Amino acid sequence: MRLLEKSVQMADLVSIENVDMRYGGAAGTLAVSSLSLKVGKGEFAAVVGPSGCGKSTLMKLVTGLQVPQGGTVIVAGKQVTQPISIVGMAFQNPTMLPWRTTLDNILLPLEIVERHRRRLRAHRKEYVEKAERLLEIVGLKGVGSKYPWQLSGGMQQRANLCRALIHEPELLMLDEPFGALDAFTREELWCVIRDLHAAQGVTIILVTHDLREAVFLADRIFVMSARPGRILNEHRVPFERPRDLEIMYQKSFNDMVHELHGEIAKARVAA
Amino acid sequence: MSAVTENTAAKPQKTPARINWVWLSPFLYTLGLFVFWELVVIALDMPPTILPAPTRVFQAIVQYWSPIWKNSLQTLYTTTLGFIIAVVAGLALGLFIGWSKAIYAGLYPLMIGFNAIPKVAVVPILVIWFGIGTVPAVLTAFLISFFPIVVNVATGLATIEPETEDVLRALGARKMDIMLKVGIPRSMPYFFGSLKIAITLAFVGSVLSETVASNYGLGNMMSSAQSQFNVPLVFAGLLMLAVEGIAMYALMAWIEKRMTGWAHRSTMAN
Repeated sequence: MRLLEKSVQMADLVSIENVDMRYGGAAGTLAVSSLSLKVGKGEFAAVVGPSGCGKSTLMKLVTGLQVPQGGTVIVAGKQVTQPISIVGMAFQNPTMLPWRTTLDNILLPLEIVERHRRRLRAHRKEYVEKAERLLEIVGLKGVGSKYPWQLSGGMQQRANLCRALIHEPELLMLDEPFGALDAFTREELWCVIRDLHAAQGVTIILVTHDLREAVFLADRIFVMSARPGRILNEHRVPFERPRDLEIMYQKSFNDMVHELHGEIAKARVAA
Repeated sequence: MSAVTENTAAKPQKTPARINWVWLSPFLYTLGLFVFWELVVIALDMPPTILPAPTRVFQAIVQYWSPIWKNSLQTLYTTTLGFIIAVVAGLALGLFIGWSKAIYAGLYPLMIGFNAIPKVAVVPILVIWFGIGTVPAVLTAFLISFFPIVVNVATGLATIEPETEDVLRALGARKMDIMLKVGIPRSMPYFFGSLKIAITLAFVGSVLSETVASNYGLGNMMSSAQSQFNVPLVFAGLLMLAVEGIAMYALMAWIEKRMTGWAHRSTMAN
């Protein structure tokens, strides 16, 4: 029922068409070339590919940190020509500021985003409550007053997710956010992301090289080619939501991971 | 089983009246140095005009206490004043240089060139401009000590993690936001760390200038004592300088720890 509803109102939130991006002037390296992909509102998309395929460039293009030389990037109906504040970002490195408490770290985006920074001083209490709610969702209840260096890597990454979500972004960009964590912590955080996606209705683009992660979390998976990056193939993930970690041991799950693996191996050879 | 528990329980009982060697060792080593020095002088039968024994130096400190005290205060005054100017100017210039890559690239070679000039060659110029005395001493202390502050503050700003910058820029942060929220707090450990180096250099500068061009200060006192072959007084002056240097260094280390305790607990570049 929910799936049906979603597919009816699925307008494209992100639309990338024929984008070329070259670094370092006319003779520089071409990072992505005729890249096209569309991500619907509320969708969970994953982008996988061989290393150095321009996944990070994709992140920068969507968030407006880089403006492409060719083609168009449209997010929320507007062409991206400068940084857009409707995104939240999380990287592999949690980059918490060590002189701020976890709570103050999470509130940082509110001090930046235009529509919040004016309200922050007067409505601080309301925002703190919101941050504490987010902390509770990711399983960090009561650690807001601790400093980031008092937290483990997995806890820092959870706080990092809270920071990415505090300003209620429409789009969440995740760049290998769980790469540096151990296998069990990683699986725990997959579930956190899965639940956040279900509860908040946020659109998520996850860049990863962990194929099981992509299949477990995403609605759709884009396979990128080696540099210069473009989309080679697109897979719709058939598993029903909510997904349990157990599905990773089903044959259909493993078949899909296997298939993706084959495609990426081929893309690497082609490079 | 019981033997094992007994064993582990018995051990910690020996510890209560333990001497804290780490805390004591700076004093013991200093004492050791003086004893060694005294023994060398006795063994080699050194005349006090070449190498006075520490007992002879302490005797000189007592004997000339009034001029030593007066000149020590003068040196401390010029050093501290020069150092404070260096802190203000160094912080400002460091933030300015760290602001953009172009400014950094443009000013850095100039700074290196300027720092490479021996300050002893600058003192005569300062004397031409300001006359002898306090002003050139303060300025020399300033000139010699501000370089490490500038370099450290600029480094702190230049090494902001690109991911942090991306996260904030994607939210629409301006350069000023990134500087205020990340750059400046991040460069503070570098800044306070550089104060320890800067204060010791400031002493070098002020004493240098006092020796060449002043009628006051420990530098002047030592050079006039030397011309009268009063070697114990020269050493007394050196000892006072060392004491002032250690005291100021300790003060800077304490300030550093108070201001940026978080930096000692976290690895910033992880």
